[in-house]
Amino acid sequence: MSILNLDITKDRCPMTFVKTKLKLEELEPGDTLEILLTAGEPLNNVPRTATEQGYTVLETTLVKENIYKVVIRK
Amino acid sequence: MAEKNKLSIICMSGDFDKAIAVFTLASGAAAVNYEVNLFFTFWGLNAIKKSTGRRFIGRGLLARIFNFLLGGRNNLPLSRLNFGGASPGLMTGLMKSRNVATLPELFQASLALGVNFYVCEMAMHVLGLTRDDFIPEVKDVLGVATFLELSKGGQTLFI
Repeated sequence: MSILNLDITKDRCPMTFVKTKLKLEELEPGDTLEILLTAGEPLNNVPRTATEQGYTVLETTLVKENIYKVVIRK
Repeated sequence: MAEKNKLSIICMSGDFDKAIAVFTLASGAAAVNYEVNLFFTFWGLNAIKKSTGRRFIGRGLLARIFNFLLGGRNNLPLSRLNFGGASPGLMTGLMKSRNVATLPELFQASLALGVNFYVCEMAMHVLGLTRDDFIPEVKDVLGVATFLELSKGGQTLFI
């Protein structure tokens, strides 16, 4: 059960999704990925598309102004 | 898990900005789990030649001159304000400074995410090229009928 981290707060579309997808593919069942992302397009769509692909979104928390942490488990 | 969505793009343009549009859509769609099919035809073929610069390739004198003048992925012109080929470099610099993915990054992301690359058989023939003149990731050389079959049931764009 390892925890991976990814910061996409400096990235723009489509690399926000590209980096998330490539990182999610590294997960083994039970592993979690903690993603730091910004409000707007990434926050609206990263958790949604992860759920669509069969991952579980455990939490979404505001860590500081405009930046959120999303925790996803395989 | 939801049924897989599909995006197919006919990539006709050899313009730098339109290639950015193609690889942005392709990598973005693949990243959110779409099956993505890129069908390269005519000027679009320049974006997936094995040689990224200007080379005399192809069968026949005219085709070789054409291919030299067209060049590869590093020679794609901006569709507007190209300034004799200076603008793609300037645009790439601007994109880097704004933290936006550049054409090579979008292209590599598309490859890494398993986007399917196809070559138009007819356009390849016109330009005197063979499959070996393109990147090895090209999955197949196709005609209209196969492309329609591949894209059936998904969304199709023409760029």
